[in-house]
Amino acid sequence: MGPLAAIGAGLAVIGAGLGIGKIGGSAMEGIARQPEASSKIQTAMIIAAALIEGVALFAVVVSLLVASN
Amino acid sequence: MKTTLKFIITLSAFLATSANLFAGAKSAEQGDKKEFDAVEVIMHHIADAHEFHILDYVDSAGVEHPVSLPLPVILFTDGHLDVFMSSAFDHGHADVVRGNRTYRMDHGHITELGGLHPIDFSITKNVFSMFLSLIIILSIFISVGRTYRKGNVVPKGLASFMEPLVLFVRDDIAVPNIGKKADKFLPYLLTVFFFIWINNLIGLVPFFPGSANLTGNISFTVTLALITFLITNFNGNKDYWKHIFATPGVPVWLAPIMIPVEIMGILAKPIALLIRLFANITAGHIIILSLISLIFIFKSVAIAPVSVGFVLFMNVLELLVAAIQAYIFTLLSALFIGMAVEEHEHH
Repeated sequence: MGPLAAIGAGLAVIGAGLGIGKIGGSAMEGIARQPEASSKIQTAMIIAAALIEGVALFAVVVSLLVASN
Repeated sequence: MKTTLKFIITLSAFLATSANLFAGAKSAEQGDKKEFDAVEVIMHHIADAHEFHILDYVDSAGVEHPVSLPLPVILFTDGHLDVFMSSAFDHGHADVVRGNRTYRMDHGHITELGGLHPIDFSITKNVFSMFLSLIIILSIFISVGRTYRKGNVVPKGLASFMEPLVLFVRDDIAVPNIGKKADKFLPYLLTVFFFIWINNLIGLVPFFPGSANLTGNISFTVTLALITFLITNFNGNKDYWKHIFATPGVPVWLAPIMIPVEIMGILAKPIALLIRLFANITAGHIIILSLISLIFIFKSVAIAPVSVGFVLFMNVLELLVAAIQAYIFTLLSALFIGMAVEEHEHH
């Protein structure tokens, strides 16, 4: 099951990468337009990134469990 | 002079990590003549243990000697309290007899050979690490508190370092998310922030007092998330419960679907919280150990500079992750509490 778990982890990384990339890009645009709101944008960005990362980490934990069994 | 000292400390830190892993590699090869098993070594390092494993060495006769710092084992079996050091197990080679009870160490788990079920209260690596963090946190905050008790309005010494952090938790985490009632929950949020942060940092130290994977231990994160869950639900006001059991604007016949979904929502929040901290910290430890393992997988010294470079990079990144995870945990706790105590405008 090891290789399958690795593929699963890879797929999770693709999803998280797309999600966090999009958040990062939008936050950059937002900060470029309104530099004075950068601290608020950063906070919101980190929350959203953490939520996406959480979902990706669920996948990583599942992969770890599959790989270690 | 200071720079040289820092350099030596950093260098010895990395050497210690390598020595640790090298120890694992040796034992795997000497034990049953098999290849270096990176997964086994990594799992051994991120799991809890009854001792601080430092290194293994092989003497001239080819006999392997593990070197480790023993920690106390406290077992409660069948009404008897048995306390002894984990060195009594001689790294799993010897059984410990106390009265009619015989204990055996089997891959980090203590079993009783007579079929009794011991309850394990041992001071393990993780528990030791937690006590250490308690001492650090108490000594920091008692001394900081004393500065203010003397009547200083302007913070001095350590207090001038801690004050911005405390204010950050209050003004950027608690107040925006909880609102007027923030002061009531501030002690919990501050405690959880500094507890997670300092434990994350202790976990990143690769040698003796550190190196335990405490914040990457599922029981630890479950406990923290459970406290947030209890605080959220015990402080939930009328509106919070109304949104769960009688969501406004939703027809009554949808209740059989809505209530289970809302209850799942309550449970999902702390579960996401605990998995996030656990997986982030464990993943960080696994990545660092995997990069060091590359040296032993390729069996070449040439790979070492690359590997150590990457480890340095990851370790610095983990310093950031340690702070971010403490921040996220506190922020989401504040968010959940804020959602439960929020006063809705009634028109």
